[in-house]
Amino acid sequence: MSEHAHFDEMWGRDNVLRRPYQNFHSWFDVEDPKRLRNKQREAEELFRLTGITFNVYGRAEAEERLIPFDIIPRIISGQEWQKLCRGIEQRVRAINAFLHDIYHGQEILKSGRVPVDMIANNEAFLPQMMGVDPPGGVYTHIVGIDLVRTGDDQFYVLEDNARTPSGVSYMLENRETMLRMFPELFSQNRVQPVQDYSRDLFRSLAASAPMGAGPNPTVAVLTPGIYNSAYYEHAYLADQMGVELVEGHDLRIVDGRVAMRTTRGYAPIDVLYRRVDDDFLDPLNFNPESQLGIPGIMDVYRAGGITIANAPGTGIADDKAIYSYMPEIVEFYTGERPLLENVPTWRCSDKESLAYVLDNLADLVVKEVHGSGGYGMLIGPAASKKELAEFRAKLEARPGNYIAQPTLSLSTVPIFGRKGLSPRHVDLRPYVLVSPNGIKITPGGLTRVALKKGSLVVNSSQGGGTKDTWVLED
Amino acid sequence: MLGKTANGLYWMFRYLERAENTSRLVETGEWIALTRMGATDAEWRSVLQTAGSVEAFDALHEATTKDAAIDWLLRSKDNPSSVLSVICAARQNARLVRTALTHEVWEATNSAFMEAKQLLGRKIPERDLPEVLGKIRQKTALVRGATHGTMLRNDIYDFARIGTFLERADNTARILDVKYYVLLPSVMSVGSSIDNIQWETILRSVSARGGFRMSYGSMLNPRDIAQFLILDKRMPRSLGFCVGKIRDNLGYLAADYGEEPPSCEVVTRIADEFLSQDIEAIFRYGLHEFIQRVLGHLHALGAQIEIDYRFSE
Repeated sequence: MSEHAHFDEMWGRDNVLRRPYQNFHSWFDVEDPKRLRNKQREAEELFRLTGITFNVYGRAEAEERLIPFDIIPRIISGQEWQKLCRGIEQRVRAINAFLHDIYHGQEILKSGRVPVDMIANNEAFLPQMMGVDPPGGVYTHIVGIDLVRTGDDQFYVLEDNARTPSGVSYMLENRETMLRMFPELFSQNRVQPVQDYSRDLFRSLAASAPMGAGPNPTVAVLTPGIYNSAYYEHAYLADQMGVELVEGHDLRIVDGRVAMRTTRGYAPIDVLYRRVDDDFLDPLNFNPESQLGIPGIMDVYRAGGITIANAPGTGIADDKAIYSYMPEIVEFYTGERPLLENVPTWRCSDKESLAYVLDNLADLVVKEVHGSGGYGMLIGPAASKKELAEFRAKLEARPGNYIAQPTLSLSTVPIFGRKGLSPRHVDLRPYVLVSPNGIKITPGGLTRVALKKGSLVVNSSQGGGTKDTWVLED
Repeated sequence: MLGKTANGLYWMFRYLERAENTSRLVETGEWIALTRMGATDAEWRSVLQTAGSVEAFDALHEATTKDAAIDWLLRSKDNPSSVLSVICAARQNARLVRTALTHEVWEATNSAFMEAKQLLGRKIPERDLPEVLGKIRQKTALVRGATHGTMLRNDIYDFARIGTFLERADNTARILDVKYYVLLPSVMSVGSSIDNIQWETILRSVSARGGFRMSYGSMLNPRDIAQFLILDKRMPRSLGFCVGKIRDNLGYLAADYGEEPPSCEVVTRIADEFLSQDIEAIFRYGLHEFIQRVLGHLHALGAQIEIDYRFSE
């Protein structure tokens, strides 16, 4: 093997073992592959027994699938991590300032840095949030920033997740599984712990309670129910935090408070960590068809009677069209140059950009502005002629619905397979907690890995897997 | 605790209990078929009757055969009370109340579900039947053991226990309801081998042969069997035992919550009016009539508990 086309996080570009992987590699080198294969199976058994499964949309209700887990950790040095953290923190501060501004004075629109119609014509913008002050001034209590790496010192933000980022239970369970299977690895490597996440989440939510809540606020997790693809995670987090897991039909408004039906009557809730989309939150204020929400919760919220985490309307900050303005947004609110780079993005709503995108379709990645989960996207270099033609037609019909980005040369991390180690593309989602007391980033995150050779799609719904993510103590 | 959670716990444990009871009924049916003493088709009819699914079975089957009955009871998706259906339902409820369960109880439940799906995924050849039935009961016993060994004795546990014992009482009562005539003293043949088989069937279907022998010796007679299944306070599947447990757990709940809801009164009435008499009085009253009334009251008790503890809106 000579020079790699992609930056490999274990071997670099020129096949020299990178420093963070040195300890790990000397362990791996003397391990019996047979034992490791058994461990890989054992890990799968553990996941199945624990029930860490997800439901695939559009399939039979009962079908639950495992997200494949790969036993080779993704390792990041403490120094690399610190640098990332500074960039993430800056970005998250900017996102919160942007949300406050959009729902109040809209200075950034007046300054012309973000065009008005980006907001006005955006489905994620909630006019009902205008002038509303969320308790503690926090909009996005839980954020996931999706990062990709292309070189030794080159990271890009691929996407901000400011609504209800999921996957954190995998970060936690992946670590638990690794600890159970390879305790010796954790004696040999100084890996920063992720296990405090649930406690930090609880603290963060409690600190964001409304003024009148008292010293021990009641926190609850709101789930759409057991058929939701992330139900396992909702139950997991509620369990770990020691709070109730509620559904819309457990809640109603009692004496101006949001209250849950307990065996002893209705008990008020101070902080609701909702894993239900805005649209389904309140049938009186939003989608009247919603069976998942609580009629009138928005009225309680506006009156300061409950904290909703994340606040309604935060989607305006992680919309893929807004994404392209993030460098301007960061600068506008922090007065600093962005520490983390955006992937160059063409907005197809713009005529010139559209022309460029249509001319270079075979080299680009095209995404739906409001899409998620890797659905409805085109990866130019991997697409057939027919697919390209179909997408061209879609772009021409609704250009405003799409953005395009260059195909990045994503970094790889080895996975363990039949033939030993082989490189696969990865991304990284660190989890960020925001409260009036400050910002906390868990050292680690969710590493998603494309299991198919050469594939760039890491989404679990499209056959991606996960890895334990280590941040070393330098 | 959420009312929904109480509801989920109650049903999770009812379903687990039902899985165990139904597998025991099938085992008994198979045993009787192998002894070739009774008219076996009629026996499967009475098993189906005890399981409460004769009508649903008849709607989908032209005749009652052993294979069809076993398949229906163990693995039919059309039968909401088949062992496979209720284990799936138990696990569904466990997911719903995941935050109320210990890790061990959840894992035991999930593993029972995975095993059941595998064991009952295909038609079961007769030679595998004993093993499959045994594994199902082992798996549900594991959930019970984990519950006993790891759960806090709080309201969560109370609702789990109430579900278990209501289902069990209901099951024992239905066995008696279907077989009561075998126990009536007026029947002509007394102590014939057919009678003996029938009496033993009843004991087998509640796993009570050993317990009975310890208490009454090896000679079976209907009066003792009825006494044992209805009134005995040591026998864990007797009506008296189960109702006593429900009464205890409702009492703990009332003490815990500082409020005595109507269901406490309902259970006390069942215990006092029906289960504090002697067996002669019950025979005088009419065994069948008695069982029917107990069944009705148990049903009302369940409904009252659902209201008292706000299981649903």
